[in-house]
Amino acid sequence: MAEKSKMVEKESLIAENVNVFYGDNHVIKNVSIVMPENSITAFIGPSGCGKSTFLRLYNRMNDYIEGFRKDGSIIFNGKEIYSKDIQLEELRKKIGMVFQKPNPFPKTVYENIVYGLRIQGVKDKALLDEVVESTLKKVFLWGEVKDQLKKSALALSGGQQQRLCIARTLAVEPSILLMDEPTSALDPISTAKLEELVFELKKTLTVVIVTHNMQQAARISDKTAFFYMGELKEFSPTKQMFTNPKEEITQNYITGRFG
Amino acid sequence: MNHFETEITELKADFTTLWELVAKQLRNALRALANNDRALSQTILEEENRVNALELKIERNCENIIALYNPVAIDLRFILAMIKMNSNLERAGDIATRIAKFVLKADDAFFNELINKTHALSMFEESCELMDDALDAFKTSDAQKARAIFKRDEYINDLNKTALNAVVESIKNNPQEIEKYLKMMSLLRRIEKSGDISKAIAEEIIFFLEAKVLRHKQYKNEQ
Repeated sequence: MAEKSKMVEKESLIAENVNVFYGDNHVIKNVSIVMPENSITAFIGPSGCGKSTFLRLYNRMNDYIEGFRKDGSIIFNGKEIYSKDIQLEELRKKIGMVFQKPNPFPKTVYENIVYGLRIQGVKDKALLDEVVESTLKKVFLWGEVKDQLKKSALALSGGQQQRLCIARTLAVEPSILLMDEPTSALDPISTAKLEELVFELKKTLTVVIVTHNMQQAARISDKTAFFYMGELKEFSPTKQMFTNPKEEITQNYITGRFG
Repeated sequence: MNHFETEITELKADFTTLWELVAKQLRNALRALANNDRALSQTILEEENRVNALELKIERNCENIIALYNPVAIDLRFILAMIKMNSNLERAGDIATRIAKFVLKADDAFFNELINKTHALSMFEESCELMDDALDAFKTSDAQKARAIFKRDEYINDLNKTALNAVVESIKNNPQEIEKYLKMMSLLRRIEKSGDISKAIAEEIIFFLEAKVLRHKQYKNEQ
């Protein structure tokens, strides 16, 4: 138990022997993985390998899918996140998520950022202003939008919208940030900005990113997990995986010999 | 075969052509040295342009593959090894050229005796075989064959030490010919260097096949 409470102090995320089924379809097969803290972990693998499904397990986004069933455990801060007494809103505050396509609310830039805080009942205008400025600065967007805070978020460019969505997630101070192909709809310049941002975020956050862009995984992540047909085939330091992978199947995938 | 594999196949073909050309240049340099063959030496000098052109072409193609295909894992190691092996082969080509120039300028009688005394031709023959064996290891992707080169390069180093000692002895007996003896020492060093190049290439073959970096290491544990 002493060991367990030590783990609780750190904001750890541990999956053990996880299986996922969609009806009869066994999509995640006995996966165990511990997310290293304050680091970036990339999930790679061919389409349908289960990487996005696995990512969505961490903040229970699969719960809405018909026929979803899971066994095994996912422990966050020492607590099973699938236990009945878990408050989903609280969980998703601590484990935020950014999606493939930017999804700002049809509100002003300002209201997008403070949305989560308002739900929590924060009314202090000075505090809200401060959070807006600090989170927009964190995502390198403040300089670009400080004069457009009252304009619709939908008027921003795709890259700006994606960074705004990250800022919205950061405003409620998560400790884990899940990203599901966050740059697949962005141009190369916006992609580069977002990668720089992710790199900065790992100083305070644990980032897990699903990407189809293997060069992106190689550029930004500390560790890489390779999924294939629902199994975790290899979980290695990224530098090793892209220079000398342990498994032949990983090598075949990352060198484009299948997938 | 996909586009990337086609590029790699073409790169390998160019590289093999360069290697065979350099091996031939070294063999010709050996024959020119053994027979004081000035015509053959001239041919070596003329062929050097082809060596240089192929080296540049391979280097450019390696750069293109990195820029266009972002190779990883064994593909990345292969390209990195190719860049180093390419540069090493060009240096081996330079050695053949230098030896050809030596033959063109040499004082036959003086050097013939010294070449016999130092067993320079045996050392050169051994060095040419090493280059052929390295090529074979590359063509067959055989790391064991590549490893066998390390010991044989040590043998060449030993032959070189003995040869240099013989030259030093000769200098003591005939100090007024010091300039010629220094030229001979330089020739011996070049022959020895061509063995070192085969060893460096063997290290790169092992690097891309097994992801092991053997430079600056003792090879005893690797045998």
